[in-house]
Amino acid sequence: MLAPTLFLFVSCATTPSPTSAPPAETWSLGSHEAAGKEPIERSPSRAQESVIIHNATVLTAAGQRIESGHVVLSEGRIQAVAEGAPPSIDGATLLDAEGGFVTPGLIDTHSHLGVYPSPSSRAHSDGNEATSPTTPGVWAEHSFWPQDPGIQRAVAGGVTSMQVLPGSANLVGGRGVILQLLPTRGSRAMRFPGAPETVKMACGENPKRVYGSRNSTPSTRMGNLRGQRSAFASAQRLLEDWERYEHDAARHRGDKPGPQAPKRSLDEETLIGVLRGEILPQVHCYRADDMLSFLQLADEFGFSIRSFHHALEAYKIRDILAEKEVSVSTWADWWGFKLEAYDGIPHNAALVAESGARAIIHSDSSVGIQRLNQEAAKAYYSGVHAGLNVDENEALRWITANPAWALGIDSEVGTLETGKRGDVVVWNGHPFSHYSSAHVVFIDGVRVHDSATNPSPWSDFLTGQEVAQ
Amino acid sequence: MIGVLLFASSLANADCTLIAGGDLVTPEGRVAGATLLLEGQTIHGINPDASKTGACVELDLPEGSVVTPAFIEAHTSLGLVEVGLEKRTVDFSSNEADKVRAALRVADAYNPHSSLIPIARLGGLSTAILVPSGGLISGQGAAVDLSGTSQSAATVRGSVGVYAHMGGRDGSRAQTLLRLRELIDDTQTYRQQKRDWQRDALRPLAAERLDLEAMLPVVDGEVPLVLSAERAADIEATLRLATETGIRLVIVGGSEAWLLADELAQAQVPVILDPLVYGPGSFEQVHARADNAALLHKAGVPVVLSTFSSHNARNLRQNAANAVRGGLPWETAIAAITATPAEVFGLSNQGRLEEGNVANVAIFSGDPLEPSSKLLHLWIRGEAIALTSRQDALLEKYRELPSAP
Repeated sequence: MLAPTLFLFVSCATTPSPTSAPPAETWSLGSHEAAGKEPIERSPSRAQESVIIHNATVLTAAGQRIESGHVVLSEGRIQAVAEGAPPSIDGATLLDAEGGFVTPGLIDTHSHLGVYPSPSSRAHSDGNEATSPTTPGVWAEHSFWPQDPGIQRAVAGGVTSMQVLPGSANLVGGRGVILQLLPTRGSRAMRFPGAPETVKMACGENPKRVYGSRNSTPSTRMGNLRGQRSAFASAQRLLEDWERYEHDAARHRGDKPGPQAPKRSLDEETLIGVLRGEILPQVHCYRADDMLSFLQLADEFGFSIRSFHHALEAYKIRDILAEKEVSVSTWADWWGFKLEAYDGIPHNAALVAESGARAIIHSDSSVGIQRLNQEAAKAYYSGVHAGLNVDENEALRWITANPAWALGIDSEVGTLETGKRGDVVVWNGHPFSHYSSAHVVFIDGVRVHDSATNPSPWSDFLTGQEVAQ
Repeated sequence: MIGVLLFASSLANADCTLIAGGDLVTPEGRVAGATLLLEGQTIHGINPDASKTGACVELDLPEGSVVTPAFIEAHTSLGLVEVGLEKRTVDFSSNEADKVRAALRVADAYNPHSSLIPIARLGGLSTAILVPSGGLISGQGAAVDLSGTSQSAATVRGSVGVYAHMGGRDGSRAQTLLRLRELIDDTQTYRQQKRDWQRDALRPLAAERLDLEAMLPVVDGEVPLVLSAERAADIEATLRLATETGIRLVIVGGSEAWLLADELAQAQVPVILDPLVYGPGSFEQVHARADNAALLHKAGVPVVLSTFSSHNARNLRQNAANAVRGGLPWETAIAAITATPAEVFGLSNQGRLEEGNVANVAIFSGDPLEPSSKLLHLWIRGEAIALTSRQDALLEKYRELPSAP
């Protein structure tokens, strides 16, 4: 799924890309982000276990339920997923799941951890650059506070990767960032290696409420669309300038002065990335008709939407979303907190899945991300109880394989398959039981959570704050 | 589908229903293979004589069904809000910052036709404690049945307590305590010197007449002061105030209550908490723990569980399951959404499957706290409730999509 150009587009957190050197003369959008931008903070080396998880029911999220199975991790990758007694491997330790369940690490497409961290405070409210309705040039990475105590809580709930997004005050809120949930000192070192860039956009009530209340544009839905179309029209013009420049530069002979490169625009670079299909749009949109308007806009400018977020009315247009391959990030049962959420129904994910579109359960919450499995379970059983055609594997994909696809990291994570990253959760019961907890969590084969130990806090904020009863 | 509807309507018309084949969740524990008799608005006993049940409609439950008292959401604005961000549909707050509004009765704003109510019922809820918010003293909470088409039919108790808030304001918490102490003191003065007050021969008091009147039952210990407080120090300070003044206290939120478990147990102060909120969401919750409910229960504190939600009050059973995950015994978790809130808010004969109790009964296809279990039946005050909502109507409407030409 990952096109090579996507790898050009980001700095990899751990593996320097061999193609990261910029072209000698011409500037390309891809190299612009990566060139010479090795992370200042290297991901610390961590102990990757060689471990055989056995005595477990393995739910692969790739169609298999292996009743008495095992999963082998080594060198940070899944080496085997199979039925039966654990093999004997030199140097590997055994992890007895004691009849529990093993699933892929959970993935959340919509988190504001780090940008609206815990504890809630004015000083750390860094999620909305609500000074202008169109701010494609800001990056959530630059707001993200890696000391958010919520990160470790999410890991304890089995979450191994997440997309952190700017808020939805703006029509174009800025770049999202896809992170591994590992303790680091800065956000760059948490970046999921090789993950594509994403951008947050929003339709509906939020932008028009925020700016309308200041008596500035947008104050209506039509104002929303004008703002977004203007931004893309402008980016399209700059893209044409760049393409002309690149064309001229490629034909340039050394004896004459070279063509002048257009001026950089951080805001427009992000939107140009969208137009070129290199940045995956993540669009906050509740109402079916708002989604259709946005699809029309995407059609006008020739790009695809990767995921509609909070898409509570996706069920009304699920045929269209399936046909256009737009994934649907939604909650199990949130509804009614604003008018565009009034028609939310708990069967949304199941209906979307039944139609062949990709359903995703996202959290958008520091509380919900601690129990993404419970949210998926509620959405699943709402479908089952209504007689919809969904099964356990499909529902597990709502928090694993499908979010991996929405974030463009599905070749690396999201299912238990040989060769994928060792992002694995060992549960003490079925993940769809509300009584179950993540017993052990691995990211890249590193044990990041173990319920048998009392971990010291990752967060500096919590460090030294323990009190006794 | 038609068969189920006919069946439900035959139950709706029944004066008397004999429920057989499920596990009953009774105050004595879970009882397998017992029968439960509902007659009119009342539970007429477990394993009744055959002589009593002759004319009853018999309901044979599928194997594995669990019969439980219907649930009580102990802290909600159900029926007081339709759409959160549409202010004209929001009726849970007096919107007067820092005010004392003890006389406000939320029951006056309850909308029994709210679309939220049938949705909440699908979580097995029969009853809600409606709470006001805003200000220092927000007003009086009420207990309602989640059935009935008028305020008067729905209201069980128009006033179950007076609601107050600690923390989260601009001034010092000490100022909040001072104002509460002053209010309680002035209410006592008002009681003792009412005639002087009426003749205008008394110094100004800390609240207006109707608010002072509304505070009298609090000062007399007839209804509790229900106080939102998360931080241990805030809970400690209000416990001291309660001891000084002799008022009854109920703590809401209580993220750090486990730090005062013994003190709360000794004073028998109930705590209404949400086990899903494991922060620290705020600086008042730095020491929040996932096993808060379990630690409080172990120390002897009456624990009540709540979603603190209106639109998602149906998730009460998920909250209870998470308290169990945090170590609370299963039976205690069920009691924390049935019998315990009934006791705390003076709902006599509610929250238990026993003879003479109000027939608020829910039947699930399995463990009520698991999402895999489906709600099969719900009675509120003996009325068989149709298990459908606006959300189900939307599902039906969009079950088939318009096809392209």
